[in-house]
Amino acid sequence: MWKRNGHGYSRTMVDTTHTQQAQGQPLQFYETEEHHPQTGTMLGFWLYLMSDCLIFASLFATYGVLGRSYAGGPTGAELFDLPLVAMNTALLLLSSITYGFAMLEMQKNRVRGTIGWLLITGLFGIGFLSLELYEFAHLIHEGAGPQTSAFLTSFFALVGTHGLHVFFGIVWLVTLCFQLRKHGLIPENKRRVACLSMFWHFLDVVWIGVFTFVYLMGVLV
Amino acid sequence: MRGTLDYLQYSAMPILKLVRGLSLTAAVALLAGCDAVVMSPSGDVAAQQRDLIIWATVLMLLVIVPVIILTLLFAWRYRSSNKNATYKPDWDHSTVLELVIWGVPLLIIIALGAMTYVSTHKLDPYRPLDRIAPGQPVPADMEPLVVEVVSLDWKWLFFYPEQGIATVNELAAPVDRPIRFKITSSSTMNSFFIPALAGQIYAMAGMETKLHGVINEEGVYDGFSANYSGAGFSHMRFKFHGMSEADFEQWVTKVAAEGDTLDRDVYRELEQPSEREPVHYYAEVDPTLYDAILNLCVEPGTMCMKDMMMFGHSGHHGGHDGDKAGKEEGHDDHGDPATGHGHEQHQ
Amino acid sequence: MFDQIDLTKLIFGRLTWEAIPYHEPILIATFAAVVLGGIAMLAALTYFRLWGYLWREWFTSIDHKKIGIMYIILALVMLLRGFADAIMMRIQQAWAFGDSAGYLPPDHYDQIFTAHGVIMIFFVAMPLVTGIMNYVVPLQIGARDVAFPFLNNFSFWMTTSGAVLVMVSLFIGEFAKTGWLAYPPLAGIDKSPGVGVDYYIWALQIAGVGTLLSGVNLLVTIVKMRAPGMTMMKMPVFTWTALCTNVLIVAAFPVLTAVLAMLTLDRYLGTNFFTEDLGGNAMMYINLIWIWGHPEVYILILPAFGVFSEIVSTYSGKRLFGYASMVYATVVITVLSYLVWLHHFFTMGSGASVNSFFGITTMIISIPTGAKVFNWLFTMYRGRIRFDVPMLWTVGFMVTFVIGGMTGVLLAVPPADFVLHNSLFLIAHFHNVIIGGVLFGMLAAITYWFPKAFGFKLDPFWGKVSFWFWLTGFYFAFMPLYVLGLMGVTRRMSQFDDPSLQIWFQVAAFGAVLIAIGIAAFLIQLVVSFMRRESLRDETGDPWDGRTLEWSTSSPPPAYNFAFTPRVHDLDAWWQMKQHGYKRPESGFLPIHMPKNTGAGIILAGISTVLGFALIWHMWLLAGVSFLGLLVVAIGHTFNYNRDYHIPVEEVVRVEAERTRVLANHG
Repeated sequence: MWKRNGHGYSRTMVDTTHTQQAQGQPLQFYETEEHHPQTGTMLGFWLYLMSDCLIFASLFATYGVLGRSYAGGPTGAELFDLPLVAMNTALLLLSSITYGFAMLEMQKNRVRGTIGWLLITGLFGIGFLSLELYEFAHLIHEGAGPQTSAFLTSFFALVGTHGLHVFFGIVWLVTLCFQLRKHGLIPENKRRVACLSMFWHFLDVVWIGVFTFVYLMGVLV
Repeated sequence: MRGTLDYLQYSAMPILKLVRGLSLTAAVALLAGCDAVVMSPSGDVAAQQRDLIIWATVLMLLVIVPVIILTLLFAWRYRSSNKNATYKPDWDHSTVLELVIWGVPLLIIIALGAMTYVSTHKLDPYRPLDRIAPGQPVPADMEPLVVEVVSLDWKWLFFYPEQGIATVNELAAPVDRPIRFKITSSSTMNSFFIPALAGQIYAMAGMETKLHGVINEEGVYDGFSANYSGAGFSHMRFKFHGMSEADFEQWVTKVAAEGDTLDRDVYRELEQPSEREPVHYYAEVDPTLYDAILNLCVEPGTMCMKDMMMFGHSGHHGGHDGDKAGKEEGHDDHGDPATGHGHEQHQ
Repeated sequence: MFDQIDLTKLIFGRLTWEAIPYHEPILIATFAAVVLGGIAMLAALTYFRLWGYLWREWFTSIDHKKIGIMYIILALVMLLRGFADAIMMRIQQAWAFGDSAGYLPPDHYDQIFTAHGVIMIFFVAMPLVTGIMNYVVPLQIGARDVAFPFLNNFSFWMTTSGAVLVMVSLFIGEFAKTGWLAYPPLAGIDKSPGVGVDYYIWALQIAGVGTLLSGVNLLVTIVKMRAPGMTMMKMPVFTWTALCTNVLIVAAFPVLTAVLAMLTLDRYLGTNFFTEDLGGNAMMYINLIWIWGHPEVYILILPAFGVFSEIVSTYSGKRLFGYASMVYATVVITVLSYLVWLHHFFTMGSGASVNSFFGITTMIISIPTGAKVFNWLFTMYRGRIRFDVPMLWTVGFMVTFVIGGMTGVLLAVPPADFVLHNSLFLIAHFHNVIIGGVLFGMLAAITYWFPKAFGFKLDPFWGKVSFWFWLTGFYFAFMPLYVLGLMGVTRRMSQFDDPSLQIWFQVAAFGAVLIAIGIAAFLIQLVVSFMRRESLRDETGDPWDGRTLEWSTSSPPPAYNFAFTPRVHDLDAWWQMKQHGYKRPESGFLPIHMPKNTGAGIILAGISTVLGFALIWHMWLLAGVSFLGLLVVAIGHTFNYNRDYHIPVEEVVRVEAERTRVLANHG
């Protein structure tokens, strides 16, 4: 009666059991060798990134709701300096490429090359942050600070949160360079470089969203 | 909706009658035993909401009661000391039973879902009433009484634009005439609720919500804020008087005779937080005041929100979504940008 | 340049002596009791030289079993606080009628109901659920620990850090007076200028970090670390519900983090997310917080469903009826829980189409939930049910929960919600499902797995006393609230005019007293069981004739859980092993690779507490210093590469030989 249905997983199992026993092979109920479960670091880090992605999603949604609430203040079209932002975007995209080179070096087990490309990536990151801070300072100086309108509040929150991530990415990157110098490309460090790589590219992807959704569309409207 | 229910009744087991009988008895007992205003309201909208509660409950009891009985029955029958009961330790599947246990809740939810869809549209608080009582449509020449409601910390201000009066913590309306409430708040969010009349709706600053209702019996009813809003919340209550047409006229005259002036200065005074505020009447009311409160520009020199939002952007964004929704949902006037602001999220 | 005042402000922020509520006799008495109790406990710890033991064996432990137990201890301590709030509210509401203002002014009462909600959800229900999952999941899937043992320890201490901040608010400053979700504009800086909302924000943000990381951790553990042979459809149902709950945690808590961060910016920097003017929109807060908030209730209830599934199958001595449909139901609930958030504010004026959409999605959730109830029912059918205490909780749950489910569906009908929303009917509904579902489930879980964790069963007499008082107490406390809701009585009122309501509140207060006895009986049960532990001893490791892998190892399990990783062939893995006359291996042991303890978690969380406190009180200097400290310790921790070790084979042999001896004596 139970075999007819599609949920016969348990029955089938017991049936195999019987077959196995009939063939004189008792079920093995434990591993006699040391069992190594798979390492979950990359999956775990990926899940963390997805959760971080949801923070950005909330901020994007907020910007979507508040992004036209100028409250008598300036609009995006009046404020955004597209050439500056384009340059910023270029810096961040380049940093993603240089991170790629660092990964290639790592796969060839070259510590110095890896560190070198990482540092170049970090420099691009610092360049990006500096331009962003300049942009923020300029906006605030012009009287378009985050308190001015809901549009600017959500703008600063979204772009600022991304910038904060880049900042912590750089802190991590520098730390990792020290660790690479100290211990070389041991498995732990390789894993960390790979995690930071995911983080860095993730920030790139988010930035492309910011650039399109906030700056380009902001200037268009 | 009724048709579906009737069909269900006839096709279901006789247990339905028992369940329905029991629950109705229980409901009646409640009505008699205490002053359960939600179960015995005096307004047509609230009465329909009450009926909905009873029908939905009956529908769900169809499955809840058997589950409770079976739980207790199985617990007793298959207790380990009862060695006479069948014991089938490996029995873990039955396609028929699986179909029943997914199917029965599904059927009930289909019925309930249909009921929900119909009643939600019919009893949408934004929808102007089409009847004042069962079988009694709104006469063609009858205009609803408009009341503009403002929740303040912690009291209620009611404007009667047609009558040119305003009151604090006292509301009156003639029986059997639809009332259209336009509701906003000075700052904190509240919920405007007169259980005997109709369901509640939030009062939020800078936006306007709407509520339609009709009171069918003369009497004095409780109204209050149903949404916690701070220290004075417990006493943010008022009396709602359902009156005959003549009494209402008299009441308006009384307010007009006894009332003080309500201009922006008086309002700014009134707006200050206070508790257990006594009833006030206002006769000479600044006709632009409600609109100024709604648009957060009572203070002299502040720019009104409806003007501000238009400033600095080329597209006419504000009221658009609201207008569109208004057509689709059958909502009445979504014209002014301040409500449009509120509806950007709503729709 | 620095004059005295600036320096004081820099160091102490807005903290002054005024912040100490010495004019509140209730708080002073509580404070005195806490201080005296605290001193007595610290003295006892010192006298018995337990500090080193606690630090080495518990505080710095990365053993998922010990962390699970610590979560549950935290939850039980906070339950006492949350329940104290509850009983104070019940007394106030039974008293404050007509001319009597009761004994709590609104200012105090409003803090109490806010704290009650926050504590019960974030610091009782969440740690209970996380603690049980932490303890049970690795054992059920045949793993030796979780995927990230250090993060596990860190998560626990971050949760504790949040709880500490809430407790500190009792004696320094105030707690929020906004209700447990702190809706703006009431929670904005204009309406709530004090530190209350800031305590709320930072406590939740810090605890939220812990919750999120523990979600990621358990998720990876379940996906990656199952014993060989345990395919997804052979996972125990509790593990399935834990999987779904952690998916919900990872996918919901970031939204809470984001929305609280926005509220923080509004309060600290004067931004305009949720302000009334300058284009802000408070409705967005309400939407966002419920996008987190609704999945949150499923985060709590799903593991309880899992617990009941394990218990009903074990004590009926029967395979779980409809395992597959149980799993699908869980997954469907997980997905649907994201599509219903708007039902928490039908009254905000959304259109009829929006409201009916969310109303109907909400109702649809009751279909898989109903299927689950029937599955439990038919697991009992033709079983041989032993009414141990966990099974009592389960039957109590099944009867109680369906009532709560019914009133929930009723509230999902928008026009009905218009008259029931924000009323005591709503309060009765969610207590009906949270007490009748989550709490009953967690108390059942504690009783069920207690012998596994400590090696002896809980005393059944006091367990039954506790159950019956909880059950009857629940009905006395909350059925009157349903009635009051139908009488149009609103939640969060501290005083009433209508004297005819008073009797109902008095009945409810009586119910709260019954629950108090239930809680007391539970605590007595712990003490009595400890005293009688020899006669309650479980030597087999399988006191209930269990079905899943956790019962295959000793009680309490060794640090490494399983000397040999189990190989799984069936859903009820341990049951099948017993059926096949499984013989425990007594030789061939190997050294076991395990993670090392570390103090980094508790230190980081300690600094986070200081940082939170500094931010709450605007002590910018301390905030800066502690933030730097946090960064330095975190980075320093990453320089520690020496994180694991091997348990030598001699140790494994010794432990296993001892178990062989105990089993032989027993048998």
